[in-house]
Amino acid sequence: MVVMGGGCGGVCVCCRGGRWRQRRKVSDRSGGGGYGSWPAVVLVSGGGGSGIKRFKYLICLLPSSFNFTYSFLFAYPNSIPHHFAMTIDGEALTEQETALYDRQIRVWGADAQRRLSKAHVLIGGMKGTVAEFCKNIVLAGVGSVTLVDDSPVTEESLNANFLIPPDAKLYTGRSVAEICCDSLKDFNPMVDVSVAKGELSSFDADFYEKFDVVVVSCCSLSIKKVINEKCRKLSKQIPFYSIDCRDSCGEIFADLQVHSCTKKHADEAVECCLQYPSFAEAIAVPWKTLPKRVSKLYLAIRVLEKFEDVEGRRPGDTSAADLPAVLKLRNELCEAQSFGESQIPDSLIGRLVSNSLEFPPVCAIIGGILGQEVIKAISRKGEPMKNFFYFDAMDGKGVIEDISTPTPTS
Amino acid sequence: VDMDTIEVSNLNRQFLFRKSHVGQSKAKVARDAVLKVRPDISITAYHANVKSPEFNVDFFKEFNVVLNGLDNLDARRHVNRLCLAAGVPLIESGTTGFLGQVAVHLKDRTECYECYPKPAPKTYPVCTITSTPSKFVHCIVWAKDLLFAKLFGDKNQDNDLNVRSNDGASSSENSDDVFERRNDEDIKCFSRRIYDHVFGYNIEMALSNEETWKNRTRPKPIYARDVLSDSQKNGDLVTSDNPDNGSTDSDSVSVSAMAALGLKNPQELWSLEENSKVFFEALKLFLVKRVEEVGSLIFDKDDQLAVEFVTAAANIRAASFGIPMHSLFEAKGIAGNIIHAVATTNAIVAGLIVIEAIKVLRQDFENLRMTYCNEHPKRKMLLMPVEPFEPNKACFVCSKTPLTLEVDTSRTKFREFIEKIVRAKLGMNLPLVMHGLSLLYEVGDDLDEDMIRNYEANLDKVFSELPSSITGGTMITVEDLQQELSCNINIKHRCLFSY
Repeated sequence: MVVMGGGCGGVCVCCRGGRWRQRRKVSDRSGGGGYGSWPAVVLVSGGGGSGIKRFKYLICLLPSSFNFTYSFLFAYPNSIPHHFAMTIDGEALTEQETALYDRQIRVWGADAQRRLSKAHVLIGGMKGTVAEFCKNIVLAGVGSVTLVDDSPVTEESLNANFLIPPDAKLYTGRSVAEICCDSLKDFNPMVDVSVAKGELSSFDADFYEKFDVVVVSCCSLSIKKVINEKCRKLSKQIPFYSIDCRDSCGEIFADLQVHSCTKKHADEAVECCLQYPSFAEAIAVPWKTLPKRVSKLYLAIRVLEKFEDVEGRRPGDTSAADLPAVLKLRNELCEAQSFGESQIPDSLIGRLVSNSLEFPPVCAIIGGILGQEVIKAISRKGEPMKNFFYFDAMDGKGVIEDISTPTPTS
Repeated sequence: VDMDTIEVSNLNRQFLFRKSHVGQSKAKVARDAVLKVRPDISITAYHANVKSPEFNVDFFKEFNVVLNGLDNLDARRHVNRLCLAAGVPLIESGTTGFLGQVAVHLKDRTECYECYPKPAPKTYPVCTITSTPSKFVHCIVWAKDLLFAKLFGDKNQDNDLNVRSNDGASSSENSDDVFERRNDEDIKCFSRRIYDHVFGYNIEMALSNEETWKNRTRPKPIYARDVLSDSQKNGDLVTSDNPDNGSTDSDSVSVSAMAALGLKNPQELWSLEENSKVFFEALKLFLVKRVEEVGSLIFDKDDQLAVEFVTAAANIRAASFGIPMHSLFEAKGIAGNIIHAVATTNAIVAGLIVIEAIKVLRQDFENLRMTYCNEHPKRKMLLMPVEPFEPNKACFVCSKTPLTLEVDTSRTKFREFIEKIVRAKLGMNLPLVMHGLSLLYEVGDDLDEDMIRNYEANLDKVFSELPSSITGGTMITVEDLQQELSCNINIKHRCLFSY
């Protein structure tokens, strides 16, 4: 039987030479009746006859595991061919690594995997979203993960942090970082997971020097700026990220300073170089000059951030009772920026102020996006996001916003 | 519900599982892992195939929502039909590398999973595989479905290995002689003979048809004598300096040509000479260490020796045709249809699935979405929501539209219809075929001997000779009772390949 896919373009040159006949291109046929857009299947009798060889069948490379993705899947080459990728020092991955990481090496290549295995990541502030992020990079096989969060485990911690077993006997008296450290080690014994006690902002330059990426969460405005600056002051350019989820939306900020990497452009590997503003520089961009139709989350979160900073609140520590004060602050900030208040809807502010608890599926989504970004930054493969990412479960959009002072045109 | 057991390559993303769980049931271990974090959920694990008859419409009716994380089209279509029959919302999803997608299917409100055709798996014409490969994947298909199958698979299967364009007749008796090893024939001799035949002689034959190569690069015939050094031609390929001398060890845990030859890195590109050595060594190891399997082997990507053989054979063919060679790692991915996968995309898609599931449970149907995960932002979006599509009125699954089949009713056997159309194309698992009141075919545990004999006999008949003859203009009905799907097919007679 022949299921014809027109692969020979209708006429097979190699099939000429006498005995073979022209095959018609079946994809020209329209399906009979109302059979939608699937072509009718044409059956041809099997062999036999006068010894004339018929065109028996098409060989299909039929995936036994065919995945449901849109059509450019089949045009999607497996990233940059391995033998063209940059080689760092030629050491092969261990057999254990090759077996465990097989499926992801097929995505980003062995060189990227080697780079990951040498990377040290510092993470401060461990709620649900960061738990997801940690899980992702540990599974990916980074060299080490250092957790900073001395806060005690409470029932509220259990809301979205799946690394904490819901057993008070197990978690009482231990810090969030300690408990998460124990769980994370389990996910991948090849990754070194440890805890650093103390305040992230109090560690000195020598401490930060050891790391290749810094990620902070549940961090006040001032501390965020301090840590970002620490990353920038070192001669080693350490990518800095902040990540937070409130209610069913989330924000990621990335500062990779000056970052060179390769990206794919029409099947070729192209070098690219991006420049990032610091967090302080980014949020100083006047609101009037922001990209058109910028995500309202950017603005709403800045208002809340400022409110918490001014009131000396811990990040996320707001309730419905604060709404009038927050709205007032929004108005003041808008006025100072000559910016329309209606651009930052009351309803959005209300939602973020009243429901500060993280929503677990959003933690997974934001933690997944950040995981991908950090892997890109470490491996220098693939263009990293610049420089804010927003997800809102209400509209389902995951958007990248470029909020940076435009470079002066020469 | 999951019929699979845990493998090492799952652990980079399936984080409910640990190394110590390898070999155990995914469903059961997942259940245990989740209970550790949320002990109050009621979870029932089935280590079973979702297509199994126990999961019938009544079973599906017990649920408020169904979430699919399947890895094949067949099972997805099956579940789609059951959810339609049970009236249960279905949330479909899939990921590959950095790409992902989530869709919600609600009977009568949105498209069903089968309303719009999914991108078809890539197919290749036979002549490209047998005579004019231009891509590495063509060489892999040749090495796997032709050469490997011919040497190690079922001898009774049709095989196009010696199809030559200038000679209409198949290589008939001669080809069988070539691939049959004579009783007293030395393995080295046999393997050299095979090598020279497929990489040398067959290429020379193909070259003799000038027409084929007018606009194509001519392949170069490759003979063993050209590739191996003098010492290698006479002696063993495996020398004593190789520490893992597989040929003299007693049964090693995994028989491997690579190990025997000291080739350690699956990511490395081998030279033509190295590929040839692997070819010979793998062939030898099959015939010496796994001789009882020869004649019934099917390619399996987790069979190291099979992967080595197919890689080597594909590379030699590629070299012959001027196509770039590939590492074992790459070849394995192509031959084994390995889907590349990472933890992050799966986490994102999982989050999106739960968001939609919660909407379904809250009956918030107005806000249901299909979401695409892009690798690169489109209009700033990495995650792109769209409105669900409406049902396709011409969908034969959810809209019960009749189909038309063009077939040569005087020459096509009923068996082909059952296998290629009813099972493969229409995705029916336990089919039943009727012409008017006449039952032409069915499957089931409760059939008596006579009925089974009748159906078997029907399979070998051509359409027009069935007890209830099917000719042009007839309408037949095909059903799957488990899927509660019924399909009317109008038959059009078409005489094909007329002279």
